[in-house]
Amino acid sequence: MDRKTKIEKINKAEACLSVGEGHGDTKEYTTLNLGPTHPATHGIFQNVLKMDGEIIVEAESTVGYIHRAFEKIAEHRNYYQITTLTDRLNYCSSPINNMGWHMAVEKLFNIEVPKRAQYLRVIIMELSRIADHLICNSVIGVDTGALTVYFYIFSLRERIYEIFEEICGARLTTNIGRIGGMERDFSPKAWATLDVFMKELPPALKEFENLLVRNRIFMDRTIGCGPISAEKALQYSFSGPNLRAAGVDYDVRAMNPYSSYEEFDFIIPVGTNGDTYDRFMVREEEMWQSLSIIQQAIVKLKKEPAGIFHADVPDFFLPPKEEVYNNMEALIYHFKIVMGETNIPKGEIYHAVEGGNGELGYYIISDGGRTPYRMHIRRPCFIYYQAYTEMIKGAFLSDAILTMSSMNVIAGELDA
Amino acid sequence: MDKETLLTTVQEKLKAQFGDGLISSEMIADYPVFTLRRDIICDVVKFLYDNEDLSFQYLTTMAGLHYPENKGQELGVMYQLHSLTKNFRIRLKVFFSINDPNVPSITPVFKGANWMERQEFDFFGIIFKGHPNLKRILNMDDLGYYPMRKEYPLEDGTREDKDDTMFGR
Repeated sequence: MDRKTKIEKINKAEACLSVGEGHGDTKEYTTLNLGPTHPATHGIFQNVLKMDGEIIVEAESTVGYIHRAFEKIAEHRNYYQITTLTDRLNYCSSPINNMGWHMAVEKLFNIEVPKRAQYLRVIIMELSRIADHLICNSVIGVDTGALTVYFYIFSLRERIYEIFEEICGARLTTNIGRIGGMERDFSPKAWATLDVFMKELPPALKEFENLLVRNRIFMDRTIGCGPISAEKALQYSFSGPNLRAAGVDYDVRAMNPYSSYEEFDFIIPVGTNGDTYDRFMVREEEMWQSLSIIQQAIVKLKKEPAGIFHADVPDFFLPPKEEVYNNMEALIYHFKIVMGETNIPKGEIYHAVEGGNGELGYYIISDGGRTPYRMHIRRPCFIYYQAYTEMIKGAFLSDAILTMSSMNVIAGELDA
Repeated sequence: MDKETLLTTVQEKLKAQFGDGLISSEMIADYPVFTLRRDIICDVVKFLYDNEDLSFQYLTTMAGLHYPENKGQELGVMYQLHSLTKNFRIRLKVFFSINDPNVPSITPVFKGANWMERQEFDFFGIIFKGHPNLKRILNMDDLGYYPMRKEYPLEDGTREDKDDTMFGR
């Protein structure tokens, strides 16, 4: 069969199909299940797509595949036990979630954290922001067909995880820090690794950018892909790099500073079109800004008295183990904390931090019991992912996958 | 404008516009909190959105509340609004009976309220009137109960291998 007869045959078949529909819409659509498990979705999401050839006509998201009821579990746990739940929200930047939780609880308990501990926290939060953005941006590379950058950048992320490991013993689900400060001071090895990382990052990041930023194929693929206007982004309560890529300069670190961010000098990069390329570029620039914040924090730390890493709050901060064995008072405090016998003030607070992908907020109601009466997490992913179906309408399937990866949707946070 | 002035300003504006629709207003920690009659919540959000002095045009979050002891006012919804241009943050609350858990949806004002309201419907059984697609979002469709309500235990109550008398609530 030659090409001409083939086309005629197809046309005839289409004409037959359209007979009897009678709604003016003579097309036949395909329903495609993108997910729940699919190598291109980076997590467990399902999107039921109505396709016209390669073009998405309609989409519907199904979420909740890894829902673990964190808000319910939190109502049954002591305050210090909830940190491990926050690890599992956005697991690409667990330390930010941990710190956010500690700061929220400290706000509830009226604990003033010493400056040095605040700067240590800033270093950890910015490191994990870099780790988060590295993953997201290199995955955009993978989805455009550039696998090299992904493998290349993982050695840097590995370095960050080495630092976390040195500080808290864990790599991914870190449970870093404690209510009142950090669980321990940075070890000399942690400082040495940080030094190595600070030297390694700029050239590697520069090379990463050289591979992608002005790459013709990458630009053609990402510019104009999955755009969202500033008005729409605000309507959908976007936050973080996705909102800034649309041109709104909202950053919790600048607007409602916490952990001494007001002392740091950094710029908030914004985009113009809110497309994949802008989101990529905003994250790139944020990594450079994070690097500068870490440098500033290291300088500030040198002026602070050494050895202080937590507030003097024996009611909430576990005493050192050798004290517990040899000192009656420390033993009592240890027992009180572990058994949840500490007096908890009544109150209702909301505290937000700038997470890896947006405003991560904790809303706690305490009725004076050993556990929160109600704990609600503002998960940035969950809130902005609802715009996804609208953003991919009329786009190609391959652009839909790229849009998802550039939005930095993390299943753990989405489903909480 | 400091927090106290913000509290009185919003209070006066709401009082002038809605009269006794505003039930109470107070400072809780660093947040001005306004308790409202439930039937006007969408109008209040719209009013605060359009008001040029305040322009609360960003919905931060929304959370369901359940206080079983408050008879007749068991369920509630908390809304947090943020004015990005002026950096004001406020919290709105509505309370209603568990037997009549209806509250107007604010999706006409904020598109982003869509999934937030679905989440609170899913966990507390709060019915948002006027919501375009009110169905469960994180739990399975045939779950049959609203798990975040206080009467539902975290774990199966028939288990005998766990003793929680010393830990947990």
